[in-house]
Order: sequence, then structure tokens, then C-alpha cells
Amino acid sequence: MSDKTTMHQPLDEVPPPAVAPLDPRLLVREEGFKGYLTEFKRKMKGGELGSLPVIVALIIIWTIFQLKDSLFLSSANMVNICYFMAGTGMLAVGLVFVLLLGEIDLSVASVSGLAAAVFASLSVTHGVNAWVAVVLTVLTGIAIGAVHGFFFAKIGVPAFVVTLAGFLGWTGLMQWLLRGTGSLTIQDKGLLHVLGQRSFFMNQSIAGAYILATLGVAALLIGSLIDQTRRRAAGVPYRPTSEILVRTIALAVVAYVAAYVLNKSAGVPNALVIFLATLVICDFVLRRTTFGRKVFAVGGSIEAARRAGINVAMIRIVVFAISGGFAAIGGLFLAGQTYTATLQAGTGNLLMLAIAAAVIGGTSLFGGRGNVWSALLGMLVIQSIQTGLDLLNMDQSIQYMITGAVLLAAVVVDSVSRRTQRSSGRA
Amino acid sequence: MVHVSATPVLALRGVSKRFGAVQALTDVELEVHAGEVVALVGDNGAGKSTLVKTIAGVHPVDEGVIEWEGRSVHINRPQDAQGLGIATVYQDLALCDNLDVVGNLYLGRELLRYGSLDEVTMEKRSRELLNTLSIRIPSVRIPIASLSGGQRQVVAIARALIGEPKVVILDEPTAALGVEQTAQVLDLVERLRERRLGVILISHNMADVTAVADTVHVLRLGKNNGAFPVKGTTNEQIIAAITGATDNAVTRRLARNAEATQ
Repeated sequence: MSDKTTMHQPLDEVPPPAVAPLDPRLLVREEGFKGYLTEFKRKMKGGELGSLPVIVALIIIWTIFQLKDSLFLSSANMVNICYFMAGTGMLAVGLVFVLLLGEIDLSVASVSGLAAAVFASLSVTHGVNAWVAVVLTVLTGIAIGAVHGFFFAKIGVPAFVVTLAGFLGWTGLMQWLLRGTGSLTIQDKGLLHVLGQRSFFMNQSIAGAYILATLGVAALLIGSLIDQTRRRAAGVPYRPTSEILVRTIALAVVAYVAAYVLNKSAGVPNALVIFLATLVICDFVLRRTTFGRKVFAVGGSIEAARRAGINVAMIRIVVFAISGGFAAIGGLFLAGQTYTATLQAGTGNLLMLAIAAAVIGGTSLFGGRGNVWSALLGMLVIQSIQTGLDLLNMDQSIQYMITGAVLLAAVVVDSVSRRTQRSSGRA
Repeated sequence: MVHVSATPVLALRGVSKRFGAVQALTDVELEVHAGEVVALVGDNGAGKSTLVKTIAGVHPVDEGVIEWEGRSVHINRPQDAQGLGIATVYQDLALCDNLDVVGNLYLGRELLRYGSLDEVTMEKRSRELLNTLSIRIPSVRIPIASLSGGQRQVVAIARALIGEPKVVILDEPTAALGVEQTAQVLDLVERLRERRLGVILISHNMADVTAVADTVHVLRLGKNNGAFPVKGTTNEQIIAAITGATDNAVTRRLARNAEATQ
């Protein structure tokens, strides 16, 4: 385009260069740290905020609560935050999949409550083996999600109506399962033992947290270096070693500081370990498999996905099944916090917290943009607010108002950044 | 003019198509050779889109035969057409705005390595393909949303080439483009011909048609209304065939003069 003479030359006479000359209009990142700054400024102006709003929000929230109560940043409270965020976080992971399609699942909290009741009913009332009961419970969640997906994808009912009906219906089923007693006590064995409040990675051994941190940092470093080598060999642009080092060091600082802080108390809760492992697996599925690519494609343009031969209905059903499955897993996590299945499970603001976590973390409500790590970042914010307000003995009414405000703020950031991105040609 | 092979790669013989009470196509004939650009022109409702859709497998034909490299074939589904080697670029490009150029080029036929996406090879091949077509894109890793209309059009055409087709159908590829972008797309059409592909180009723009096409097929009210070699045919002749204005003051005078001289 920029050079008409080369455009008109026939192909046979000029062998194409191995690497295409860069378009002069492309703002190539300058080398070195100055380049990072310019790139950063450009992205901010273009509305590509990434994780920045969350990190800023987290710093503000932690500062405010620490000023109000000096126990907030203590090791014991951090362990608390890490433990309690896993349950709602699982719901948020499932929601990230649904949000990537540009849809919403309003039934996740209700399904999580039902899952706890199903599990309790199977393992306590009917004496099913604790592990078998876990599998059956998760399958129940997947089946419920698939039913939602079927009505949405095949019948064409809007997803929010289907899942709103589910929200009511599955709450009813849960109440029917717990009729009479109103709550069931779950035994401390099987998966629920691992999910308990007193269950820590490698039995509270100091080494546990550091092993996890080292694994994470090593995986990032080795993965980046292998990728760099392959890209260099193939002659396509690759990350410079300096950038890989900066990223690895940044992760190392966060990981080892977290390990140190958690180790000052009891170590890493097993619930958090499972949550993190789930995030790694889901991130791989979304970014590195054809299924993940199809999810993004359907979220970006249904028509383009259909023409590319993607079975749009199947993708939708599978995604809602995933959401249902994660809702059930989250329900088990939440039940593990108290070892009971109660009528209150999955009620209150749980649904809003899960949606808020996914959106605050940076997954767009409009589909096609986001990643599963937003469930982790968003849950850190949400759980910090919850725990902080609990520490300050705030009434639940205040908690509801603040959570509502935070969710609204997150959606505003999402909408505004999307508009900015569109006006600067990025959306 | 490029050398044209004897057996057409794609040929339609007496193709008819009805929709209820409407006879959309009647006994339509069309031949496309390897290395030939066939322009398909006609007024709105002339049946261009229907004809293209029968070739692309969206609507099966009611009567008539579709021949592929001399053999009679049945095209009942889009997959049949793709399997033969017919790629269609529709007017609405249907690209995913949120995916990058590589993601869009390989959407639906991703390359895998140990079960996971082979991004490196896909990126390498994308760059090679775009280079051989002399397509300039700022980077193959920017989302489609960042590209201009012309760039999106060439990405959509390049996407059709990933499956190594033998015939490419372009539906109004220059309709929404500016001068420079149109030139870019027409250059690309010529490069497809150089690669010995058969190209069916639907266009309303006579300048575009005469610039790149070898043969112009005119459709009028669902029937063939003339096939012209671009060399030696004037725009007026083609437009007359499109509008059916063969019987007008000018032609009558010519006919009368001819009679008079006899």
C-alpha cells in the first residue's frame, strides 16, 4: 500500500523476502525500557487497560483496610483471603467461559447450592463413597449446564432467561432435597477433607509454599525460552531475552513474597492450590487448544465462526456445561468451608460476587475478550473487600451496597475501555 | 492474456434453480479455466448471487450439471464445494474482530503440535502466504479490528487460499473500498491468476471488470445474456447486455442502415 511500485511487480520476478518489511505506519516498540514505557502509554490511551485497573484497585483497597485495621495485611488474614476466595473463584472461572461467548449464566450460585445438597444427600443420606459422590455431583452440574446450553443453543431462548429460570428451579430442587432437616452435616473425608479450612499444602510445611512458587516461576521461564527458541528458528518475531527476564522476575517477586507471607501463618491452603491448578489448565485450554480458539471465535463473530465450519450450537452447549460443572465444584468448595449443606447455600450475593470477580478481573461482558486469570485477580479484590468489611464488623447491608458499587464500577470500566478501544480501532 | 487450458476446471451446463414461484436461474452455462478470471455481471436480481450460491453449495441446483475438471459432480453442501477446492469470499467478510490475522486465517483448520495449537508454524506460514500475495499488513499479530476495510478484504481473500483451492469466488470484493484499496484487491486478483487459480469475480463496477477479467459473463433475468472476451468488447456492449437495451434507437438505426446498404 505504501509503496506502489513493488505492488505492481509480478510475483515471479521478485522473490519475496524471507521476512516481510515492516509497514512504516506500524508503531514498532522501541528496544529497551523506554520502549516499554511508550508501549504502555499507547495501550492506556487506546483503552487496552489489561490488568492495570485491578492492580490499582487492589492497592487502594488494601491501603484503606490496613489503615482502618492493622490486622488486615497480617499473614493470618491473607491466608483467610486465599482460602475463602477459591470457592467463589471456581464459579467465576466457569463464568469466564460463558462471558467469552458474550453470554451470561445467572444460575451458577443456585447450581452451587444444589451441588452441596446433592453431595450431602448422596454421601450422608445414601452412604455413597465420598469420592464417588464428588464425581456424581460434578456430573450433575455439567448436566444442568448442558440443559441450559441446549435451550439456549438449540431452542433459541436468550441465555439470561434460561439461566434465570434455572436459578429459580435449581434453588427449588435444593430446598426439596433438604426438606425437613433444612441442613445436612457433611463428613470430613474425601475431597471435602482436602477443601477444609485446616487443610494446607504439604501439611503446613514451610517448603510447600516455596516449592509452588518455584514451580510457577520455572514453568514461566522455561516455557518462554522454549517458545523464543522455536520462534527464532522459524524466523518469526520473538520476545527478547530481556523481556522474558523482566516478566519472570516480576512473577518471582510476587510468588515468593506471597509464599513468605502465607508461610508466616499456616502456609498455602489446599483449596487455593486446586484453584490455581484449575486456572493453569483452563488457561491452556482457552489459549492453546482448538476448542479455546472456537470459544473466542464464537464470542467474536458467530457468522464467521459458522462459515469456518465451527459447530456454534455445540460450542455453546459445551461452554454452558463447563459453567455448570464449575458451579458444582464451587458449591463443594463452599460446602467444605462449613461442612454443611444448608438452605442458605448459593443464596445472597454469591452470584453477583462471581460475576463481579470475572468482570473486575478484565473479562469483557461483551464477549470475545478476557482470560481465566481474571477470575483470580477479580476474586482477590472481591475477597479482600469481604474480609476487610468482616474485620471491621460491618453490617451485611453495607457489604451489599459496597459489592454492588464495585460491580458497577467494574462494568463501567469495561464499557468505557471498550468504547475507547473501538474509537482507536482496537475493538 | 494468460494461457488458458482446454478443459475447464469448473463448468455449469444448463443449470436451473427455482425458489417457489420464482425461476431464479434458467439453463445457465458458465466455464472457468485454470488461470482465468471470469467476471459475472448483471443487474440486481439477475441471479448472480444465486448462481454463486449453487456453486458454493448453499443452494443445490434443481436441473443441470456441474462439472469439475471434466467430471460431473454433485454439490449439495458448502463442505462439498470446499472439498472439491472451491473457496468463496462473501461480501460480508465474516472475520472475527477479536482474533488476530493468524487466528482468522487458520480459523476452523488450525495446525496442531502435540495436540495444542502450533502458533509458531501458523504465524510463519501466514507471513509467507501474505508475502507471496504481496499483502502488506502491519503485523500478523494484531486483531482484525485494527485493520482498514481494504486490509480486511485481502485477509478474507488470503483466508480463502489457506485451503489451497482451485477456484476462488469473490462476491463484490471492491464494493466498499476506496481507490487505493480497490487497486490493491485487483492486484491480488491478478496474482491469483498468476497462481493458475480460476477466479469468478462478481462486480457492478465496469472499470474493475475490464481491468482484471479475461471473460465477462452477463446474466439477465436468470439467463445467460452473452459472454464476451474483455479484449475487443466495449463497455457499452456489456452494459447493453446487462440492461437488455439491445433494442433501442441506436440499434434500430444501425439495423436500418445495414438493410439500406444491402
